[in-house]
Amino acid sequence: MYVAVKGGEAAIANAERLLAETRRGDPAVPEISTAQIEQQLGLAVDRVMTEGSLYDRELAALALKQACGDQLEAVFLLRAFRTTLPRFGASQPIDTGRMQVARRISATFKDLPGGQILGPSFDYTHRLLDFSLLAAGETPGGPRGESDPEPMPHVLAMLDREGLIESEIEDSPDAPVPDITREPTTYPADRAARLQTLARGDEGFLLALGYSVQRGYGRNHPFAGEIRFGTVEVEFVPEELGFPVSIGDVAVTECEMINQFKGSATEPPQFTRGYGLAFGHCERKTMAMALVDRALRARELGEEIDSPAQDEEFVLAHSDNVEASGFVQHLKLPHYVDFQSELVLVRELRRRAAAAPGRRETALAGDE
Amino acid sequence: MSSKEPPVDPEMAARQRWMALLARASAERLEAGLAALGEPPRYDLLRRPETGMVMVRGRSGGTGPRFNLGEMTVTRCVVRLADGTMGHGYVAGRDRRHAELAALFDALLQQPEARPTILDAVIDPVAADLAAAERTVREKAAATKVRFFTMVRGE
Amino acid sequence: MTGRLLETAPGPGFADPVADSQRAFRAMLEAIARPGTVQAIGAELTPPAPLSRAAAAALLTLVDFETPLWLDAAARQPAVEAWVRFHCGVPLVDDPAAARFALVADPMGSLLPLDRFPIGEDAFPDRSATVIVAAAGLKSGSGWRLSGPGIEGEARLEAGGLPLGFAAAWQANRGLFPCGIDLFLTADDRVAALPRTVRLED
Repeated sequence: MYVAVKGGEAAIANAERLLAETRRGDPAVPEISTAQIEQQLGLAVDRVMTEGSLYDRELAALALKQACGDQLEAVFLLRAFRTTLPRFGASQPIDTGRMQVARRISATFKDLPGGQILGPSFDYTHRLLDFSLLAAGETPGGPRGESDPEPMPHVLAMLDREGLIESEIEDSPDAPVPDITREPTTYPADRAARLQTLARGDEGFLLALGYSVQRGYGRNHPFAGEIRFGTVEVEFVPEELGFPVSIGDVAVTECEMINQFKGSATEPPQFTRGYGLAFGHCERKTMAMALVDRALRARELGEEIDSPAQDEEFVLAHSDNVEASGFVQHLKLPHYVDFQSELVLVRELRRRAAAAPGRRETALAGDE
Repeated sequence: MSSKEPPVDPEMAARQRWMALLARASAERLEAGLAALGEPPRYDLLRRPETGMVMVRGRSGGTGPRFNLGEMTVTRCVVRLADGTMGHGYVAGRDRRHAELAALFDALLQQPEARPTILDAVIDPVAADLAAAERTVREKAAATKVRFFTMVRGE
Repeated sequence: MTGRLLETAPGPGFADPVADSQRAFRAMLEAIARPGTVQAIGAELTPPAPLSRAAAAALLTLVDFETPLWLDAAARQPAVEAWVRFHCGVPLVDDPAAARFALVADPMGSLLPLDRFPIGEDAFPDRSATVIVAAAGLKSGSGWRLSGPGIEGEARLEAGGLPLGFAAAWQANRGLFPCGIDLFLTADDRVAALPRTVRLED
């Protein structure tokens, strides 16, 4: 028999207070400020903004502080906050070609207009723990070079001019842009809906899928055509003004993959594209996103779909870590009733099986 | 800091320029600029400072069809001066006072007699600071620009 | 690109946008949950003609940049256009079939046929229009006989200034369920609603 129970309020309230105490840690150690998180744990902030789908460095830092550094919990907090804000509209599309570049590399062309700019990167570090960081102290200022106003066009535009890669042509400014936060995704999904899903998708999940593509599960021969990181201007057209207003700058990372395509009956062989774009400095994320974007284009490119990364519904439905974490973690909630019914069922099956040993399998199958 | 399609109207281009700079100036700086004007201008709030979001859009491949990347926080405000001139503030972030000051300066800058002073005292210095910050970013980038050497291989 | 610079400032919207729109929303929710009742919106508003206070409050509360708005010829005044653009940030459309909200200031001339407005689709019946109609007056307790969800037995509602044939057109709309439009009737500061589920007899 099931009896409805209430209770646990005091335990819940205390659990929350205990969490606050645990979050603060040893009071002898100075409290961390959101400004410190924003400045000194910037890449954690970037990931929370990207997957939380809200560009606001201070809020992302606050979420990280509140979540004791748990990134997925911080993403959840930011997502919850964004639902409390009205939306004024959508920006003009950002122009990554006019980015104020802090880093820009290409793995396909050595010499390119604007050059290879390494920027602040882990890539060439030895991954040895730096014990000097254990001691407090200021790092000396970084290096400066001769300011160089040379423009940095997209690398893939050079291939495009020769017709060697598929073109990316603007859509009509009046065409609707799907928004997965307003309308549920329907399958097959538009590439725009896929890119939005991937942009806010979990980095770990996309990284694993991207890796699987490289290891042969839906191989598409990727080259990192260009990766750039920097700030871009955001323009918005208020309905009451009717002209674009520049409202600020956001930092973004962009990755353009170049992939092979053997051609079809109607199209000559040419390279194809995979695209990644994310808030802040999220290089690994945008590379994984570009690999998965390309894998998900299998259908439109007439490729065989036989790998997880090419399975649109599988990828898109499982990439969101707030949804995934919610559903996995809900298993912690009381399932007393569900479990009681299972318990009764298993006891009954065992009783029947014991009564008629020869029909054991049938009984189990029949009641399933 | 201009729209891709250049506006035909020079008055609008000038306004877009100062709105862009007002969005990037700090509230403290605008506050100081306002105090320096002397007698504080009278204005009504036609739209009280309000924080919301703008959905930032990208283009696939950088140049292709648009898609929704994610939102950013934005605060807006509309003021009206005593003579009816309306000023609009749209600024990234959640600083209400910043949006209000941006709207107020937008209104003041539309007044021909006030414009030269404000451009001089507030807008142009902001532009100069931004240009300096951009130069620093370029200098940092330049320091990590790769110079390739071609090694001569033995015959 | 040319700007839409306003010559004069649009009239004010809600004095307190958050509290006033919540109050108006509550009144509209009551109205649509209990068809046949007439609710006071309770907003201090001085909207541009020909908008009534209730119609203006409905727009301020329900309409935004994602819900294209169609104004009938009587409502399509420059002052109204500037006001809704400013306060709601809403795009105005010329084709009622492209609208998610419609404002009908002259129901005699432009309410019918109802099928000019989108009715949604079976998979997404919410992709239909909500039509805000300026009635010449609203009174419960007499007039049409209403029945359906939200009504115990029968309710009566009288709305002035609607065209002949409206009751029949409404019955056809009801037959489209789960598709169909929803309708708010407004007069002065008062609002009543006809959700698509309601049966209406003269």
